[in-house]
Amino acid sequence: MKFAGTEDYVATEDLMVAVNAAITLERPLLVKGEPGTGKTVLAIEIAKALNAPLMAWHVKSTTKAQQGLYEYDAVSRLRDSQLGDERVHNISNYINKGKMWEAFESDQRPVLLIDEIDKADIEFPNDLLLELDRMEFHVYETGETIRADNRPIVIITSNNEKELPDAFLRRCFFHYISFPDADTMADIVEVHFPGLKKNLLREALSAFYQVRDVQGLKKKPSTSELLDWIKLLLAEDIPPEALRSENKKDLIPPMYGALLKNEQDVHLFERLAFLNRSQKG
Amino acid sequence: MFINFFTELRSASVPVSLREYLTLLEAVEKNLAGYSMEDFYYLSRACMVKDERNLDKFDRVFGSVFKGVEKLTEAFGADIPEEWLRKLAEKHLSREEMEKIKSLGGFEELMKTLAERLAEQEKRHQGGSKWIGTAGTSPFGAYGYNPEGIRIGQDKSRHRRAVKVWDKREFRNLDDTVELGTRNIKIALRRLRKFAREGAETELDLADTIKATAKQGWLDVKMVPERHNTIKVLIFFDIGGSMDDHVRVCEELFSAVKSEFKHLEFFYFHNCLYEGVWKDNRRRRDVVMPTYDVINTYPRDYKLIFVGDASMSPYEIVYPGGAVEHWNEEAGVTWMQRLLAQYEHAVWINPVPQHWWPHTQSIDMIRQIMSDRMFGLTIDGLDGAMRELNK
Repeated sequence: MKFAGTEDYVATEDLMVAVNAAITLERPLLVKGEPGTGKTVLAIEIAKALNAPLMAWHVKSTTKAQQGLYEYDAVSRLRDSQLGDERVHNISNYINKGKMWEAFESDQRPVLLIDEIDKADIEFPNDLLLELDRMEFHVYETGETIRADNRPIVIITSNNEKELPDAFLRRCFFHYISFPDADTMADIVEVHFPGLKKNLLREALSAFYQVRDVQGLKKKPSTSELLDWIKLLLAEDIPPEALRSENKKDLIPPMYGALLKNEQDVHLFERLAFLNRSQKG
Repeated sequence: MFINFFTELRSASVPVSLREYLTLLEAVEKNLAGYSMEDFYYLSRACMVKDERNLDKFDRVFGSVFKGVEKLTEAFGADIPEEWLRKLAEKHLSREEMEKIKSLGGFEELMKTLAERLAEQEKRHQGGSKWIGTAGTSPFGAYGYNPEGIRIGQDKSRHRRAVKVWDKREFRNLDDTVELGTRNIKIALRRLRKFAREGAETELDLADTIKATAKQGWLDVKMVPERHNTIKVLIFFDIGGSMDDHVRVCEELFSAVKSEFKHLEFFYFHNCLYEGVWKDNRRRRDVVMPTYDVINTYPRDYKLIFVGDASMSPYEIVYPGGAVEHWNEEAGVTWMQRLLAQYEHAVWINPVPQHWWPHTQSIDMIRQIMSDRMFGLTIDGLDGAMRELNK
């Protein structure tokens, strides 16, 4: 089982090493990086490359660690007892399996994605220590212990909104997806828009990196914004000349709404463009 | 193995523990790094570094620890006829075969042997275990395997870079030596919680449902609103002047506080509290909120926290007109007492180390005004402060 990127996903070498280490040593891989650099997609692509089932557990601020294991549905049991349903005598009828349980039970070695772990309560990672380490947990209601037959490949993503506890970090491999350089970016664009005109790509990339270099942007555009933007450029059939940098000194790139997602950033950009124009004139 | 690397990382204050080190060894044993320096670099990075802030430190340590090893490659290279080493096949050996291969000895021994082989060799060569060429098990050459092997002239590198990755130090700007300890602060702040249920009823109240059902004889579902932390906090930060020394720890505290409390209002003041406070430090001259407005706006159930070093001239506290920045009609102590009269629960958090407090007169005075509710800006101190506010 080795991961080497897929045709839809350009994996850098360091990422491949980290992923393969996590696969071989059966330990979780924690992935951090700017929003929009493909953290969540990574898990999907690993599953695709290894032909493994994917279980995605999307964490929200209200998610409890227990919900990933199982939940006991007391209400339907109560209702069934009212209606005299036979099911009521067996408590295991009311245990709803969570994503981790599903992953533990899978016949084939699955990929378990725990998405945006930093969104949850600060104690959330601590509550999963044992489960991720031993890949087993105990169900109090039925007294059984669930053990993973095939230790899942666990991919955990974080946006750095909260710091994760040391004990948790020690159990993981860590990879920081740094922002791709221009060459890698060209590869990525090629994967998504095969046969894109060379000059359009060049102009678009240089315009994109110029926007990223503007000081003081609240939210720098990232890979996913670039891909959206190129999609728009193609749809509108914008000629590469329109992106040329001479123009860009006094012009905002066309369709900039796809790149800049923040009102203040758009204002900042328009102001800069205005300043440039007035300096020239 | 790599003990030196491990201790170097620790002394460069990259937080690595024995567990990470053992993970690395396990990974190396499983042959995850292959035998390339770069893969080993990536692997050890994934094992040892758990926070992007430490990546740069790691790169530097890696560069210094493994400097000589990389030099080996540079020592050869140029002298080897390129056609011999042309990329043909990559041979993968089984475990037993690998174990069979014995290393040749030290660096000089290798150099000597290489020189001899070069002299002996006459034509292009592939496979075998003695000659230089491709895909062999001789310690010289490329695309082959030998534990002490040297890579020579792998011209079309399987890795696309010429510069050593770790020397590029790509993560330079992510390294802030500020060790953000907000997690600990947050844990301390957690003491200050008052859960209450208000708002829409979204959760099942199991106990009440059972009770009501038993009473009625039919299923009677009872709902309750979700539990929220309803604690309300008013924070006053001392800013500028002597507080500059403590700016880092105050920023940490501030960011922790901001994410922990939903109902939070913060204001800035300078040295001592007077008739006006402000919310935006850049516009402190023009947008000042009268302290009376603060008192009138926020109800009595807010908890009051001052953060400041309380180090100033005693005049600034007790005399009208004592303030350093403006003319104050009323003394700082008067304003402090007004606030304290309104808000029953109040503490002063002081970043100055506690054993220095007795040596500064103004700290003692503020402490008296606060009726001894002054705490150090340490985890212990915060803990005490939160207990005090919860009383």
